[in-house]
Amino acid sequence: MSDVSFVRTEMLPEKAPPASEVGVLGWIRHNLFSSWLNAILTIISLFFIYYVLSNILAWTFESVWNANSLSECREIMMATWGDTHGHACWGVIKDRWLQLLYGFYPPYPAHPDATWSNPPETGAWPAYFRPNLTFILLLVAIAPVLFTNVPRKLLFVTAAYPFLLPWLMWGGSIWGPLMVAAGFAIGYFAYKVVLPMAGNLTALILAIALPILWWLFASGSVADAINSVIPIGIAPVESRDFGGFMLAILLGVVAIGVSLPIGIVLALGRQSDLMIVKYLCVGFIEFIRGVPLITLLFVASLLLNLFLPPGTNFDIILRVMIMMTLFSAAYMAEVIRGGLAALPRGQYEGADSLGLNYWQAQRLIIMPQALKISIPGIVSTFIGIFKDTTLVSIIGLFDVIGLTNGIRADTAWNGVYWELFAFIGVLFFVVCFSMSRYSMYLERKLQTGHR
Amino acid sequence: MTTLTDPPKEHFRLSMLLYDTRYRSATIQVIALIGFMLLAAWIISNTIQNLETLGRTVGFGFFSEPSSYDINQRLLEYDSRDTHLRAAFIGLLNTLVVAVLGCITATIIGVMVGVLRLSNNWLIARIMTVYVEMFRNVPVLLWIVFAMAILIESLPAPRAFRGENPEATMDLFGTVAVTNRGVYIPEFLFSRGLGDIHLFGTSSLRFDVSLDLIAFLIVLGGSIFAMRKVSAWASATQEKTGDRPTIWYIQLGLLFVPSAILLGALGFHLGYPELKGFNFTGGTHLRNSLIALWLALSLYTAAFIAEIVRAGILAISKGQTEAASALGLRPGRTMRLVILPQALRVIIPPMISNYLNLTKNSSLAIAVGYMDITGTLGGITMNQTGRELECVLLLMLVYLTISLSISAVMNWYNNRVKLVER
Repeated sequence: MSDVSFVRTEMLPEKAPPASEVGVLGWIRHNLFSSWLNAILTIISLFFIYYVLSNILAWTFESVWNANSLSECREIMMATWGDTHGHACWGVIKDRWLQLLYGFYPPYPAHPDATWSNPPETGAWPAYFRPNLTFILLLVAIAPVLFTNVPRKLLFVTAAYPFLLPWLMWGGSIWGPLMVAAGFAIGYFAYKVVLPMAGNLTALILAIALPILWWLFASGSVADAINSVIPIGIAPVESRDFGGFMLAILLGVVAIGVSLPIGIVLALGRQSDLMIVKYLCVGFIEFIRGVPLITLLFVASLLLNLFLPPGTNFDIILRVMIMMTLFSAAYMAEVIRGGLAALPRGQYEGADSLGLNYWQAQRLIIMPQALKISIPGIVSTFIGIFKDTTLVSIIGLFDVIGLTNGIRADTAWNGVYWELFAFIGVLFFVVCFSMSRYSMYLERKLQTGHR
Repeated sequence: MTTLTDPPKEHFRLSMLLYDTRYRSATIQVIALIGFMLLAAWIISNTIQNLETLGRTVGFGFFSEPSSYDINQRLLEYDSRDTHLRAAFIGLLNTLVVAVLGCITATIIGVMVGVLRLSNNWLIARIMTVYVEMFRNVPVLLWIVFAMAILIESLPAPRAFRGENPEATMDLFGTVAVTNRGVYIPEFLFSRGLGDIHLFGTSSLRFDVSLDLIAFLIVLGGSIFAMRKVSAWASATQEKTGDRPTIWYIQLGLLFVPSAILLGALGFHLGYPELKGFNFTGGTHLRNSLIALWLALSLYTAAFIAEIVRAGILAISKGQTEAASALGLRPGRTMRLVILPQALRVIIPPMISNYLNLTKNSSLAIAVGYMDITGTLGGITMNQTGRELECVLLLMLVYLTISLSISAVMNWYNNRVKLVER
């Protein structure tokens, strides 16, 4: 026996992993062909994707843009590909895209005879200047709310926007919206002036009562009076000319913007200890959530005028806005209630122990956290409301889906479906998808280590 | 040394209603209640005044007048001489039909898609993501009219089925005809049937219940009861001896043999659709409007359900799966016994609201002309009689009742699942 042992003194050089485990090949093996079942599924999916894409891409790109009617489209298709199937006729979009986007909104409201193809000679704003400006201002107004790295000064635009939007869209005298805004100023000053003299409560009551009295009895006649002296205004546009995708955005923005504060109040009411307030809120929320939006739109179009004092005649867009706002407020309230319920009890108790009163606690401690928790829900409610604006086509407004029927009623485009649906679908998809991505971004950003 | 004394008893002053927190809540509530009642009174008095000006009265007498319109897709017999109430009843059943069908298919598709989105096959997961995003971000109304357009425009007309060399043939061994006028499926017929029970006589809510169906359901229920007994017996034997007797063939026999005997006794056969003249006769005719609505609603809702299912599964911590594997459970059993029961707790509440949404969205039937309750009561009946107030309020009441019943049933189920789990 000899004392010989074989012990390796130096390590073997590291070997590269097998080619089938790393790189593209490894990825394919792990993600697409990890088992027999997966391999079969992958192959089926590949066929499926090939089938769908080859049809859709051919339809989208082997298409006719320059045609003024469906029959002309078909002639061109027959001449080019010898077949009318599987080719899109984008001519309809080229012909009608303005209508699909803006409805019957006049391109030059100040010049009623001018059209898109026949613009007025001089001195006019660009076509569709007012809806476009409204939309751009919307982006400016919501930017400081959405992103923190935008200058805070822009919040003034946000504050002015609720008055700018109706003026720009409907036109008319500027004094109307200004006088409505003046109501808020009156309330603010009433509070400031009365507070040192008569105490908090009186000031608050006056700050609420005075503007309401102003709006109900004075603002209209004052606006008319000033307007007769200094007429500043732009050409008015009738509500029935509103339509297209613009209408969806308008309804969506108003419903979403107004419903958020109402929703917060309803949610607080539902969580409140005051029994009557609570049951009123519960009743409202459950009633609205229990009926389809279409019945509320029926109320807007048929019944709302019955419910209001004789002689009031709101226009239909305003009535639809009211009902859509109530509708989204109920859903918003439920989402925010979820956020409130998700807050740990300790947060309420902490606020109490600091000696904050109810509103201070809500404003400084509860709401910031509750709203943060409910952001995904709020955004998905936004998306839902925005999609639901298409329902107004059922009560006869010319929103983008309602317009497709009108376009099809034209003999030139009788029988065109897919191009219109694809166009509308893409419009909605872009807006809704970006909203949902924004909500994901916000969730990541506000994630302050709660889990 | 200090002594504690009660604060001096204050006499009630009017200002305490505002400044004393003990009374302030009562004040606020009373003001809220008065405000609400004033609002309600204001609306009602406006309505009465407006109705007087228009010279109209409120009443439901129109319900007993003949409706004089037809409903093509219906479950019960109905013709245009029937009353408006009957039309609304048929419409209500149509709403329920599409809601129930939609909920079932949406759940099946949604659960499949939700699980497949978590598949470790990259391609499948991506396809499912595209499906979900595509359907969630486009309005359901667009999907409904799109589905309707597909059915009308791209399916063969009944005459394409005619002739020696037809352009189109019937599917599923010649039993189902898919045409642009709707889908014709075989119907169930009984040559020695037991007949029907006529409920509610000749009133507007009359309702025929097939005795054959009842007999079949009773036998099926009996079979299932027997199967559970056998299964319990097998479990008891396993507890006692450690061996589980093989019972699957007994179970299968129990399930199928009694029903088959009953169906044979009743002379069960299928009535196939046949091309006669310009159209198909026989079989059950599912109109395009129903199919389009059903298809669009289920695909749309399925996208939401898929997200819920996925979130529910992801909400279960990985430790649960690992613990189950450590116990030696196979993946299938891990899913069935460990993951799903826990995920169900997360899944069910949002699922309820999706079922509710589907039911409410079924009111969009009016866009494709499916005669649901919105199309009958809120559509033609309202236009013919001019009774907007009554019709719309009643329509809301009907939907409210449906919604509240669905959430009651689902909440009951939710509570049951919760109890089982803990």
